[in-house]
Amino acid sequence: MAGKTVTRADLTEAVYRALGVSRNESAAFVERILELISASLEQGDTVKISSFGTYSVRSKKLRMGRNPKTGEEVPISPRRVITFRASHVLKDRIDSGHQKDSATAAE
Amino acid sequence: MIKSELVQKIAEENPNLYHRDIEHMVSIVFDEIVDALARGDRVELRGFGAFSVKHRPARTGRNPRTGDPVRINEKWTPFFKAGKELRDRLNAEGRFSPHVNTGQGKQ
Repeated sequence: MAGKTVTRADLTEAVYRALGVSRNESAAFVERILELISASLEQGDTVKISSFGTYSVRSKKLRMGRNPKTGEEVPISPRRVITFRASHVLKDRIDSGHQKDSATAAE
Repeated sequence: MIKSELVQKIAEENPNLYHRDIEHMVSIVFDEIVDALARGDRVELRGFGAFSVKHRPARTGRNPRTGDPVRINEKWTPFFKAGKELRDRLNAEGRFSPHVNTGQGKQ
């Protein structure tokens, strides 16, 4: 069942098959989608893709961390992190896809 | 930004294409990611991030109000980890002052 890794090339191929534009153009579209999402997040915006999920940016304050190897305390600088919250549609599709697999595997 | 705004931007950049084709193209890209995760595949988009599916085993939870034990079934849930390039873009020099350190243990 599992194990494959889907990359830009696979997304490009899907666009190419569906849209009838060249492979180069298809690749550029995939890149453009990712870039527009990235740029929006960089501005601190939330990006909401219906039936997929929501990307948001959270600001973290300075906190003390610890080097797990040496035990030494080090400050972790304030930073912005991205959180992705999957939509219910995505969660349900993934969960039902796997529940089916584990049910057939158990038989 | 929401999905329709993303479609709008790409449509404006490509006046030679129909708006509905751009809409279709954007949907295909996200659908491809959803399908991959539903199959149990990983999706890795260098520089942007990676999607994977995490298995949460069955456990016994508690109703927080009554304290009653509740059986929680196993489930599979999507997970997104932002790529290095995107993380760096969000935390580019000058976004935070004072910049304490990179959290890498060097002081």
